[in-house]
Amino acid sequence: MSAGTVEAQGGTQGGTQVDLHVESGEQRRLYWAVADSWNVVRRTLTHYQRQPVMILWQLGFPIISVLLYAYVFGGAMEVPGSEDGATYRDFLMPGMFVMTMAFGLMNTATSVVHDATKGVIDRFRSMPMAPSAVVGGRAVTDLLVACAELTILALTALALGWRPDGEPLAMAGAFGLILLLRFCLIWAGVWLGLLVPNPEAAGGLYALIFPVTMISSIFVAPSSMPGWLGTAAAWNPISSTGAAARELFGYPVAGDGSWIQENAVLMAVVWPVVLTAVFLPLAVRRFQKLSR
Amino acid sequence: MDTYAVQAEALQKRYGEKHALDGFDLTVRKGTVHGLLGPNGAGKTTAVRALATLLKFDGGRALVAGTDVAKDPRGVRRRIGLAGQYAAVDEMLSGRQNLEMFGRLFHLGGRRARLRAAELLERFDLVEAAGKNAGDYSGGMRRRLDLAASMILAPEVLFLDEPTTGLDPRGRGEVWEAVRELVADGTTVLLTTQYLEEADKLASRITVIDQGRAIADDTPDGLKDCVGGDRVEVVAAEAADLPRIAEVVARVSLGEPAVDRTGLRVHAPVRERVAALTDVARTLQDEGIRVEDIGLRRPSLDDVFLRLTGHRTDAAEPVSGEAMVAA
Ligand SMILES: Nc1ncnc2c1ncn2[C@@H]1O[C@H](COP(=O)(O)OP(=O)(O)OP(=O)(O)O)[C@@H](O)[C@H]1O
Ligand SMILES: [Mg+2]
Repeated sequence: MSAGTVEAQGGTQGGTQVDLHVESGEQRRLYWAVADSWNVVRRTLTHYQRQPVMILWQLGFPIISVLLYAYVFGGAMEVPGSEDGATYRDFLMPGMFVMTMAFGLMNTATSVVHDATKGVIDRFRSMPMAPSAVVGGRAVTDLLVACAELTILALTALALGWRPDGEPLAMAGAFGLILLLRFCLIWAGVWLGLLVPNPEAAGGLYALIFPVTMISSIFVAPSSMPGWLGTAAAWNPISSTGAAARELFGYPVAGDGSWIQENAVLMAVVWPVVLTAVFLPLAVRRFQKLSR
Repeated sequence: MDTYAVQAEALQKRYGEKHALDGFDLTVRKGTVHGLLGPNGAGKTTAVRALATLLKFDGGRALVAGTDVAKDPRGVRRRIGLAGQYAAVDEMLSGRQNLEMFGRLFHLGGRRARLRAAELLERFDLVEAAGKNAGDYSGGMRRRLDLAASMILAPEVLFLDEPTTGLDPRGRGEVWEAVRELVADGTTVLLTTQYLEEADKLASRITVIDQGRAIADDTPDGLKDCVGGDRVEVVAAEAADLPRIAEVVARVSLGEPAVDRTGLRVHAPVRERVAALTDVARTLQDEGIRVEDIGLRRPSLDDVFLRLTGHRTDAAEPVSGEAMVAA
């Protein structure tokens, strides 16, 4: 055992053919933080592998919404830019991507509250693995799942006749901004998941998240809402990401000239950074509070 | 080598005004099963979580497997296994996938994690169900999988928080069997329970906890002696028969039988439980005395409590009147 990097486990048990000497993780901390996180990621990816329909369930709502909004209400919707020949579908699709990310908050919160109440988080915490991997693994998983969701949604949108015509680089940037929104919401989700007492209570978060997605510019222009509501909608972080994505996907910008609409791309970066700065520490604090 | 696997001194844990642990002391000898017995809210889970590094305590000192819990939690984590109050298995993974996942998180690496999983599935009799979703397991199987997961590194000390609560008798038996095998291999087990019977079956020593404090520490026999062991109990059909029934019971009992007139009940501690019961039943039948019920009553946690603290556990309903207490 060179330089004490390998720890002898002290069990006295016979009956095993397997060498149970392991590195404790106190050495090579960074390596183990990454390795442990990856193993936590693998765990959730295995969930999807065992039950692939899970991802379709999660996508069910946005896909149905796309069909509803595009075909049922679509004809009646007046959106800025339609005078330039843009369709409501073109206006809507980036909003749908953003909405899916917003609802992803629920998936994060639900998974976390499940693990917390079923004792899985306690088991992880009683093991010599890196504590950061419990939450870090969750974040990486949710980003990977978000990528898969965006891919499926984008293909659906293309099949429905969505034809974005932005610069390739700009369109990649649009997806980047959408994922950035998802990233900041992961921390809000972890925090909420550790805050609520049980999975049923987590279900109640829909009542919170639904109005937040509705009072935004992702379905309709804020100018069509009463004054104060329109202002709230315009300043909703989700609106900034939605507007920025539309712009980068090449949808004609026809804002009302307000500062928040003119600077959508900037705010689509600023908002998530601010939200991460708020919720990441909150989530970490809440996690550490588990031991108080 | 020290003789003790767990040593806790004057542990304190407060939640606001509530003292969940209030000067809790515990010593557990190496290689034994130690029972931590107490009613709801006594502080069992708090004690286990504090010892398993999940909870920081406000005062006192604890050594687990020779390692200071407060100073070197990671060192402790390497040497313990924990099966919490709820079987913490991933319900969406198969039994095998659960063990492999936890094995990798215990830093065994893929190959050894697979080998160890196979070994443990065999050991805990889960080979047939290895590919099934853990969510579809019976309560007993899930608990065994939970035990297997906590045994991956063959820890020195295993903490089990109410390992059989919510299981049917069969599941309970399966878990008891698994625990016995672990101890035969040299693991030290600290298990909490609300059932005296369970502590009696498994533990060689029992600490009784109440309101965050250890109020007794004894062998199961010692505790049972303290409450008077098994009792024969007869429920009369008519109040007029009570004196004669008391006489019959007195012939086999260790002390004067207690007579509960409102409940029409006569009961007394006995040593040769089956012989005593048969004797009483035969005599009453021969004399033509009708009885509503006759049986053996084993001392419960409640009896232990009553004796040790003078009050019943909060959960217990007041049964059969105060006469029972006077016995
Ligand atoms: N997080 C907490 N916040 C406030 N009070 C708590 C907390 N955890 C435990 N308590 C209180 O501490 C006391 C001891 O709780 P504990 O869970 O250790 O009891 P227990 O013996 O395990 O009970 P049970 O048999 O119900 O599992 C209880 O009165 C409980 O209400
Ligand atoms: Mg408990």
